[in-house]
Amino acid sequence: MNPFSYERAADAAAAIGLAKGNTAARYLGGGTNLVDLMRETVERPEMLVDVTGLSHKIEPRSDGGLLIGAAATNTALAADAHVRTQYPLLSRAILAGASAQIRNMATVGGNILQRTRCRYFYDTAAACNKREPGAGCDARDGFNRYHAILGASPACVATHPSDMCVALAALDATVHLDGPDGPRSMALADLHRLPGDRPDIETELKPGELIAAVELPPLPFARRSTYRKVRDRASYAFALVSVAAALDLAEDGTVRDVRLALGGVAHKPWRASAAEAALKGRPADPESFRAAAEAELAAAAGLRDNTFKIELAKRTIVAVLGDLTGDEA
Amino acid sequence: MSAHSDAAASRPGRWQPAVTQDPLLQKHGALGQPVSRIEGPLKVQGKARFAAEFPYEGLCYAALAFSTIARGRITALDTAAAEAAPGVVLVMTHRNAPRMKAPSLMMSSPTAAGASDLPVMQNDEIHWNGQPIAVVLAETQEQADHAASLVTAGYAPLPAVTSFDEARKTPRQLDNILGQPPVVEIGDAEAALKGAAVQVDQIYRTPRHNHNAIELHAATVAWTGDELRVHDASQLLDLTAGQLADIFGLEAGKVRVSSPYVGGGFGGKCLWDHQILACAAAKLAGRPVRIMLSREGVFRIVGGRTLTEQRVALGASTDGRLDALIHTGIAAMTEHNSCPEQFTFPTRHLYAAKSVRLAQEVADMDMLANTFMRAPGESVGTFALECAIDELAEKLGLDPIELRRRIEPEKDPTSGKPFSARHLIDAYQKGAERFGWERRSPTPRQRRDGEWLIGMGCATATYPYHRFPGGAARIRLTAGGQVTVSTAVHDMGMGTATAQVQHIAARLGVPLDKVSFEYGDTSLPRGVIAGGSTQTASIGGAVIAATEVFVEELLKLAGNDSPLAGLSLAEVETRDGGIGHRDDAARFESYESILRRAGRGELVCEAEAPPPAEMEAFSMHSYGAQFCEVRVSEVTGEVRVSRFLGSFDAGRILNAKTATSQFKGGIIMGIGLALTEETNFDPRTGRIVNASLADYHVPVQMDVPAIEILYTDIPDPQAPMGARGIGEIGITGVGAAVANAVYNATGKRIRDLPITLDKLM
Ligand SMILES: Cc1cc2nc3c(=O)[nH]c(=O)nc-3n(C[C@H](O)[C@H](O)[C@H](O)COP(=O)(O)OP(=O)(O)OC[C@H]3O[C@@H](n4cnc5c(N)ncnc54)[C@H](O)[C@@H]3O)c2cc1C
Ligand code: SF4
Repeated sequence: MNPFSYERAADAAAAIGLAKGNTAARYLGGGTNLVDLMRETVERPEMLVDVTGLSHKIEPRSDGGLLIGAAATNTALAADAHVRTQYPLLSRAILAGASAQIRNMATVGGNILQRTRCRYFYDTAAACNKREPGAGCDARDGFNRYHAILGASPACVATHPSDMCVALAALDATVHLDGPDGPRSMALADLHRLPGDRPDIETELKPGELIAAVELPPLPFARRSTYRKVRDRASYAFALVSVAAALDLAEDGTVRDVRLALGGVAHKPWRASAAEAALKGRPADPESFRAAAEAELAAAAGLRDNTFKIELAKRTIVAVLGDLTGDEA
Repeated sequence: MSAHSDAAASRPGRWQPAVTQDPLLQKHGALGQPVSRIEGPLKVQGKARFAAEFPYEGLCYAALAFSTIARGRITALDTAAAEAAPGVVLVMTHRNAPRMKAPSLMMSSPTAAGASDLPVMQNDEIHWNGQPIAVVLAETQEQADHAASLVTAGYAPLPAVTSFDEARKTPRQLDNILGQPPVVEIGDAEAALKGAAVQVDQIYRTPRHNHNAIELHAATVAWTGDELRVHDASQLLDLTAGQLADIFGLEAGKVRVSSPYVGGGFGGKCLWDHQILACAAAKLAGRPVRIMLSREGVFRIVGGRTLTEQRVALGASTDGRLDALIHTGIAAMTEHNSCPEQFTFPTRHLYAAKSVRLAQEVADMDMLANTFMRAPGESVGTFALECAIDELAEKLGLDPIELRRRIEPEKDPTSGKPFSARHLIDAYQKGAERFGWERRSPTPRQRRDGEWLIGMGCATATYPYHRFPGGAARIRLTAGGQVTVSTAVHDMGMGTATAQVQHIAARLGVPLDKVSFEYGDTSLPRGVIAGGSTQTASIGGAVIAATEVFVEELLKLAGNDSPLAGLSLAEVETRDGGIGHRDDAARFESYESILRRAGRGELVCEAEAPPPAEMEAFSMHSYGAQFCEVRVSEVTGEVRVSRFLGSFDAGRILNAKTATSQFKGGIIMGIGLALTEETNFDPRTGRIVNASLADYHVPVQMDVPAIEILYTDIPDPQAPMGARGIGEIGITGVGAAVANAVYNATGKRIRDLPITLDKLM
């Protein structure tokens, strides 16, 4: 780990002031990802600005939505009563991630901006375009079980590893940013980028910008929602494929509305818009679910180790939607 | 005093391996009781000091830089930035490292402890991807780690064999496999297979595994003149001391290694480059050094279990007798190593067959040396063999336990020796009853719970008994009746010391609180290694011998005024804190009384264990029946082990609690072997890609169901204490039990570990 200085910011303005103009400064949340990357010398910040002093409030809004401070811990968010009843998929997604100890430290802001788990990204002896633009991508023809089947590019096939973000993407979350040029907001779905030819640029954040809060719009039918994560061991493993879904059924058993997002499949949390479009107005039955899954994954492409994820994603979508149509959901 | 002349051997009352039985087989006492680990309180209070926790004046901290190519020469090595970094004491490379002899391969000599015989940091050659190229010493660990990241190297790579598919094209036949013949042939098995009424002929594959004990490999080392003090995390104390003396050209006895507490060994805590480099760097710096590998460091420089590809072919008659039993295959190895993963070993002893062919070869690769990892050979060998047996049972329409009953041999099928004790079918019966085996449907895919298919499987566990020669034990009795037994053995958390306290209490007829057991230090009488599940029996042999000397000495001291006057070793026994006539309750004198009357403050006796003649005369193995129930998602292919039961026949169980933990621990590791563990070795670079606990998947809590343990507890008449060793058998058979259960659930045979969900979709 390289030497660095450390500052604690009391609020967003102070944090932005501390980091302003310093390209070697990084915001520090719980540190569960950033500090690991510093140990591996993948990240070499010269200054850390601790942003755990930002708001960690989880506040219901008058419209029925929810405002979540960027410094709220993953544990606190998953345990929040409003989240558990109004947005159960979010609670389940967070609890499906990492370990209790890590969730206790991890913040909402840090979770959103955590970096890929591609091992070649972590190993400075490997070629990685994300770490070193133009160096090549050792994962393309290497171990790529955890890599992307959607939206990948020749330059990079990494996935975004967050579980929480998959639920946020399904919920149409908005991210409130703040930075040297003042505050702005954008849809979470627009925050992360596909790799293209610049996999090193992962988000739409401008230099010095930070995440101040995340806002969930009201979504009454999200009470009927869930998250299913398929992984290589029962706990404490990243998703091979995960599905966040909320389902609104009409009286006649057709799909009135649906939210569907996938994890473990792309460089960003993957909102399954094609599947959603294919489902709306269709009967809530396995055939429609399968057709929707096929539509979403029509463009999917597998690599050496991960082609199975295409079928796995389809099956998991069908199973999750099936569960949500059942009486117990 | 040494007790092993031929005259002594014929002394009546003395244990003669293979001829007489350990007299303790007739006694019980505290043996078998579920005594909690005696060092437990120290550990939970944080007072048990591990290798990286010994303070020294002027201590500096070490960090390693590793090569990033698999084979070649270092052409440039820039250490200037590291040397200039804050707190750095020195940077050691092949250019300034002290001259050292290369280690010699374990088992090649009495002091050989090398996993590899390559010289350590003596030249510019690179032999594997991850080889240490520099050691940084600094005032703090953080400074050392940072400086190590600043070391840069340039290489002239040489062609390297880093693909198993490439390496296997030129297989090599070893002249022996851990002292056993690499090929065993009885009759013409290939011909018998062709002619057999029912045949199974399959290829099974097992991947590389890496050691991931919770305690990282560590050592604290200090020189005083030409004396070297090493606090190690070791299961190989005396060999480590001897080998280090050899490497640094010191007289034997100048190196003292101790290792009172070890946070898990499993075969991995032997002598690797880090201890040697720490000693060398300490010499160069003239300061004590602490080295603790990072988790990545353990993957880079501590070897693991190698990959195997095995063929098992079974030819049977329709009534379920084996006409042919073939088990052959190949494992990856290096030319500088002696661990070929002896996967044909279980097949040498398990089943009766009219003809047999066993053969294993190696494929040489440019990689880190392999090493022992819990049940090397048996763990992966039983996967192949026991899956094949299950496949055969199905073809024969027989219950797999019934098939095993029909091929149960009367004597060892390849050596022809009698079994010392074998109760495998007993273990199966007890296990089957308890597990509810009769509820298993012989046809796959018959039970389900929603999307989850449920199945049951079983497999045989087996592991050889060994007793290493050369171990000694010292008994010290004080006037207060306190007994201390000392020997340089190891307790890596499995309960060695606890079981030995129970053993000594029973053997000497004293209460547990009168017994101490000293271990973990080469200043004690020479101990055996903690490997191959041999330690308990080996210590047993030494303690028996020391006890014989002890009793004889006490009889001498007792003299003519004692109720024991005139009695010989053969006529007495230890009981109630003293010695008594076997058949006359009245003739007794306590240890304390004997010492008091003789005017002695203490008595100290030491003896070496008699050679393991029992292993020559008998086929000695532990056995077990592993039972597994799995749930497999029909949607995702995810496998969850929902129930597990291990029913073991391992001789007498010395401590119900620590033994159960050992069996369970082995089974948990076996669940990892079956479902999750796999080292990703990149064939393009020879580099391990998943060198972290986030990416190398050991089972976590939720992967492990409640595990039930049964054991026959039938003493082995040929083994000291009747105990055969239990450290490794737990993992054997688990891979097959899980795979067979998966087949029973889904109708899919997975012959390629680990059983990941993609293989079942
Ligand atoms: C072994 C292991 C297993 C894991 N398993 C999972 C899993 O299964 N599923 C899963 O989803 N996650 C998993 N994680 C990842 C974990 O969720 C993330 O590490 C965590 O959410 C990051 O949060 P943090 O606050 O610690 O972020 P930090 O490590 O502090 O920061 C991460 C990044 O975010 C930036 N940052 C932090 N806060 C802000 C802010 N407010 N504004 C702008 N930038 C900011 C930092 O500069 C840094 O680049 C795992 C992690 C580990 C170590
Ligand atoms: S997939 Fe992306 S992160 Fe991984 S090695 Fe390739 S470029 Fe780097």
